[in-house]
Amino acid sequence: MYENTTRQMMKWVAGLVATIAMLPTLAAWELNMPKGITDSSQEIYGLHMLIFYVCVWIGVVVFSVMIYSIIKHRKSVHPEPATFTHSNVAEVTWTAVPVIILIVMAYPAAKTLVKLEDSSASDLTIQVTGYQWNWHYEYPEEGISFYSRLSQEANIARQVNSGIDPTSVPNYLRDVDNPMVVPVGKKIRLLLTAADVIHAWWVPELTGKRDAIPGFVNSLWFKANRTGTFRGQCAELCGRDHGFMPIVVKVLSEADYAAWVRDRADTGMTAAVTTAATDSAADAGAAALDPPVAVAAAASTSGGDAAPDMTALILKGESVYAQHCVACHQANGQGLPPAFPALTAGAITTGPIDGHINIILNGSPGTAMIAFGALLSDADIAAVVTYERNALGNSVGDMAAPADVAALRGE
Amino acid sequence: MSEAIRKYYVPHGSAWPIIGSVSLFLLAFGAGNWLNDGAIGRYMVYAGTAGLLYMVFGWFGEVIRESVSGIFGRREDSSFRQGMIWFIMSEVMFFAGFFGALFYARQLAIPWLGGEGANIFTNLLLWSGFEPAWPTNGPGGLGGTFEPMPWKGLPLINTALLLTSSVTITIAHHALIDGNRKLLKWGLAATFVLGFLFLGLQVEEYYEAYVHLNLKLSTGIYGSTFFMLTGFHGAHVTLGSIMLVVIWLRVLRGHFTPTHHFGFEAVAWYWHFVDVVWLGLFIFVYIL
Amino acid sequence: MTSHAAEHHDEHHHGPEKGLKRWLFATNHKDIGTMYLVFALAMFFVGGAMAFVIRAELFQPGLQFVDPGFFNQMTTMHALFMIFGGVMPAFVGLANWMIPLQVGAPDMALPRMNNWSFWILPFAFTMLFSTLFMDGGAPAGGWTLYPPLVLQTGNAFPFVILSVHMMGISSIMGSINVIVTIMNMRAPGMTMLKMPLFTWTWLITAYLLILAMPVLAAAVTMLLTDHYAATSFFNAAGGGDPVMFQHIFWFFGHPEVYIMILPAFGVISEIIPTFARKKLFGYSAMVYATASIAFLSFIVWAHHMFTVGMPLSGELFFMFATMLIAVPTGVKVFNWVSTMWRGSMTFETPMLFAVAFVFLFTIGGFSGLMLAIVPADFQYHDTYFVVAHFHYVLVPGAVFGIMAGVYYWLPKWSGNMYNEKLGKLHFWLSTIFVNVTFFPQHFLGLAGMPRRIPDYATQFADFNLISSIGAFVFGLSQLLFVYIIWQCVRGGTKATDEVWEGSHGLEWTLPSPAPYHSFELPPTVR
Ligand code: HEA
Ligand code: HEA
Ligand code: HEC
Ligand code: CUA
Ligand SMILES: [Cu+2]
Repeated sequence: MYENTTRQMMKWVAGLVATIAMLPTLAAWELNMPKGITDSSQEIYGLHMLIFYVCVWIGVVVFSVMIYSIIKHRKSVHPEPATFTHSNVAEVTWTAVPVIILIVMAYPAAKTLVKLEDSSASDLTIQVTGYQWNWHYEYPEEGISFYSRLSQEANIARQVNSGIDPTSVPNYLRDVDNPMVVPVGKKIRLLLTAADVIHAWWVPELTGKRDAIPGFVNSLWFKANRTGTFRGQCAELCGRDHGFMPIVVKVLSEADYAAWVRDRADTGMTAAVTTAATDSAADAGAAALDPPVAVAAAASTSGGDAAPDMTALILKGESVYAQHCVACHQANGQGLPPAFPALTAGAITTGPIDGHINIILNGSPGTAMIAFGALLSDADIAAVVTYERNALGNSVGDMAAPADVAALRGE
Repeated sequence: MSEAIRKYYVPHGSAWPIIGSVSLFLLAFGAGNWLNDGAIGRYMVYAGTAGLLYMVFGWFGEVIRESVSGIFGRREDSSFRQGMIWFIMSEVMFFAGFFGALFYARQLAIPWLGGEGANIFTNLLLWSGFEPAWPTNGPGGLGGTFEPMPWKGLPLINTALLLTSSVTITIAHHALIDGNRKLLKWGLAATFVLGFLFLGLQVEEYYEAYVHLNLKLSTGIYGSTFFMLTGFHGAHVTLGSIMLVVIWLRVLRGHFTPTHHFGFEAVAWYWHFVDVVWLGLFIFVYIL
Repeated sequence: MTSHAAEHHDEHHHGPEKGLKRWLFATNHKDIGTMYLVFALAMFFVGGAMAFVIRAELFQPGLQFVDPGFFNQMTTMHALFMIFGGVMPAFVGLANWMIPLQVGAPDMALPRMNNWSFWILPFAFTMLFSTLFMDGGAPAGGWTLYPPLVLQTGNAFPFVILSVHMMGISSIMGSINVIVTIMNMRAPGMTMLKMPLFTWTWLITAYLLILAMPVLAAAVTMLLTDHYAATSFFNAAGGGDPVMFQHIFWFFGHPEVYIMILPAFGVISEIIPTFARKKLFGYSAMVYATASIAFLSFIVWAHHMFTVGMPLSGELFFMFATMLIAVPTGVKVFNWVSTMWRGSMTFETPMLFAVAFVFLFTIGGFSGLMLAIVPADFQYHDTYFVVAHFHYVLVPGAVFGIMAGVYYWLPKWSGNMYNEKLGKLHFWLSTIFVNVTFFPQHFLGLAGMPRRIPDYATQFADFNLISSIGAFVFGLSQLLFVYIIWQCVRGGTKATDEVWEGSHGLEWTLPSPAPYHSFELPPTVR
């Protein structure tokens, strides 16, 4: 029995050691950390492999001694145990040697760290703000700003029991509507913060991650050595949809980057533009998330005496809702009480319309309900208010005009 | 039997702990429910508190009876002593958590919000115009304009009260050892009177703060640390004062002997601990 | 060593009370120890069931079973149940049973308080479990309870915090009892440096608990007031800082992880000499190493927060301090190996678990060391590499330590030998599948899979599948463990007093099963 067990155990250990040793050669299977395309990420990779091999070798030595002992010093082979109980030489050695090994590891680590923490002398600064659950990018020098969230296709596929095979979705959970765009060969500095809870911005091939903390600004830098599209995702638990706030960075050549900036400047890529895209989607009747049955019904019941553009407004409102509000208040408007209130038959959503516009414009301080006034255009807010009042099980029957929103904004 | 081979006293079965557990559960569950505006919470809290009080009196009463009957030897006594010391140590660490928050906020968080170190952008982008200073209610000015609590008024008097009470309890202790029962009674009484006086003045101080200084729990980090530290300290003074009264009543009944008075000493240690915490508070919360 | 306690029957001798009273009113360290162990076993299975939900959802990409919010609740509750309900009470159970026996004491020093420490726990965990049925569900912000996220918890919020308070009260009272018992109740001649290592490691663990648990209590109290009393400890607008919570939490949290491993070190240090039939190598070095680990554990906490944007000097300090822990831990590993060296070993189940512990804990320690390297941690942090690290030190570390201890002492507790064949089977199933479960998670983390996500990009599918299969088999194997214990308690071959050929120490001088009252009069230790 003992014989047997040992042999089994040995095989298993050998297998394990072999697996560890094979790890780097299997890199093609995404077993290892990516080398990345920046000097920083490659330096980190180098450090990672250094410590890894140090550990493997210590492991090999320690485990070999143990395995040898397990074989040779078992009772059946070695019936008389030795009686030694300590050895000063051995004990001093195995205290001192690890200390030396650690110093050898700590030195390059410290050097790399100093470099990573130096974000001065950057060529381009981008302000990144984490929201539950999307990212906002702002290029202050170029006057560009936009939101970036999980691509619609993946968003549909990732619903519980959506019936859609994730492998059929390209870059499932790793694709966004508006990627961050940067020029190659420039030192990019990110200024990270968050609006609600802590998030972390991470694209492994560019550099390590850094937390985006509400009320504080952290910085992080990278300098891409080649062009391409690089993917990552939020790396700090930030609530329900933490797994669904990807990050995509497009590294363009300088010329392409300049063209992109010009393009954005022309269309004024601000919050309003993000929704311009969805406007057309809504117009085309392609409000993707939920079949707009409920909406249509609500629109038709109240459509008679309301202004003729109510249906359009509701359709547009639905897509705004699907983009910005559904995460918390849910597709059916039931919310996730008590953290996220239901909008169906809510005091505010069925109360005076000014109050309704107001909470969307200004949010509710201290809660996850942020001030959407800064993110959405007047038209969007008017649309989503109208949608909420006449769909999701509500049928108040009135509607908000962009001018109403503008008026309240002024106060 | 000589002490060395004397049997250690192991009680056989006791209902007090389970009563305590049920009460603690009622208290905690009730408090949770109450905080959620539940209907039954407050009654559970009342029941739990009553149960805990019942347990404390019952349990300690039993221990006191055992003690008086003389079944505790040197080792039992030593167990109680060491237990008390480590309990106080855990209390010290509890306060250390809040002091840590105070130091962190003053030494790190607030300077960072003001742009120190690598945090220029924190200040520029999010809190521009915020000047780090202490006391502060933060860059958001939470709670509105307030005045800090000056140390020269009530707090200074309170310091004097507590320091005096430390002296009186030491006098009482020496009196106990010397068999001077009269001094013992008076020293102890003086101690808890000083304790209650302290509490009275603290209530007065809180009233000042809320009504005249606009200094509240919600007054940013200054209000938060101020009330949490002084509040938890006050709660400990309350507990300590009640224990002093109990000990005093026991003295009146003649419970302690010059050589055998663990209960007295435990309370004295606790009182000194409360005193030392206050000195820390006085220096770091009020003066500096 | 001699013992005359067991044979002493005098007028005060009585056995256990009858029925429920025996357990509700218990003051006997063995009864309380048994309750702790049974409770921990139950909580392990509750936590294990939650791990099942996690692994089932992660079995393949896409969301099949649960809502993402519920997934986060499972992750949070799994950790809280495993750590506070499983590992810690299991070790307190072992301490209750073994420390009085090992130091030659009649019982724990403060028997009534001992009862209270235990009975708080079932209530605390009932309360914690009940949060699953509350409005807004159980806490879903991770076991680390970081604000501001945790402030979004629904009705469960105050209940979680108050249950953590209850667990803290229980742990503090439990550790006071351990310290006092060890310092005050040792038999004559049992000097500190003659104490068995399990007792030593528990003594040091108890100090860690007393210094760390109240800090957690303070931290969660501040969460409570931030939520309900509008304080601004963790709110920048009021001059606080969300990261401040992390510092205070990890000041508790890092010592906490050693609280979960030091007693396991103790168990292993008992078992290896027994089955190697050779004295523990470097006894005093082991004691000093344990103390050094405990000391260092208080100055490394910020290695959990390298990505929050600490000043460079802080990052360097915490990196160096963390790396240093490898030295005393290495001393322990080397001493275990040297104890085995030229011994005369047999491999009964406890020894198998102990040997696997040394291998697999070391692997977990290595990944810990890798995490300590700050630039590399910028990549590893909050990925499955971290999940792999801590499950290696916790499952084949702490949990194997518990299992080894249970197999080792079970014959002494029950008077019967367990079924060695089944024990070995349990060992092999556990050891193989714990690796199948957690080894691939290293790869996932390195390839970029973050932790605490219910769904993942498709390139992570293969290893998640393997890991889930491993988890299912590993979890089911534990039912075998329960069966083995049950069978052993019911009957079987009578165990001798020594139980193991190479056993050493006071506990083996008592009859098996250990009498209800042992060492009423202290034995003399020479
Ligand atoms: C039992 C629990 C336990 C133990 C013992 C350890 C042991 C160690 N841990 Fe681990 N750790 C956890 C439980 C534990 N950890 C948990 C639960 C988390 C995650 C918490 C969360 O976020 O939820 C965590 C996270 C964690 C992090 C944060 C990672 C991150 O979030 O980014 C780090 C970083 O430094 C770390 C480091 C270490 C180190 C250096 C050790 C060392 O003690 C290891 C020392 C041992 C060895 C090194 C092996 C043996 C030594 C030799 C053979 C000698 C020679 C060796 C050399 C010289 C290399 N741990
Ligand atoms: C001691 C602690 C412990 C233990 C034992 C386990 C056990 C397991 N854990 Fe867990 N886990 C954590 C502590 C632990 N875990 C922590 C701290 C986290 C982080 C949470 C967070 O992010 O906030 C985590 C997170 C975590 C994740 C990541 C979730 C996420 O990021 O979303 C996963 C995923 O696979 C996982 C899986 C498992 C599995 C399959 C087991 C299996 O091993 C479970 C199988 C069952 C058992 C091991 C119990 C059997 C034990 C016995 C039978 C012993 C009996 C003893 C006596 C007789 C007293 N755990
Ligand atoms: C990150 C989560 C989140 C998002 C996204 C979100 N909300 Fe809210 N919302 C909340 C929370 C939390 C509250 C409750 C605030 C309170 O308690 O004061 C709330 C409250 C409301 C209310 C008041 C409901 C009531 O009856 O009290 C309305 C109306 C509302 N939100 C509309 C919206 C709209 C429109 C959007 C999208 C443009 C949106 N919300 C996006 C979290 C969110
Ligand atoms: Cu944002 Cu996770
Ligand atoms: Cu740690």
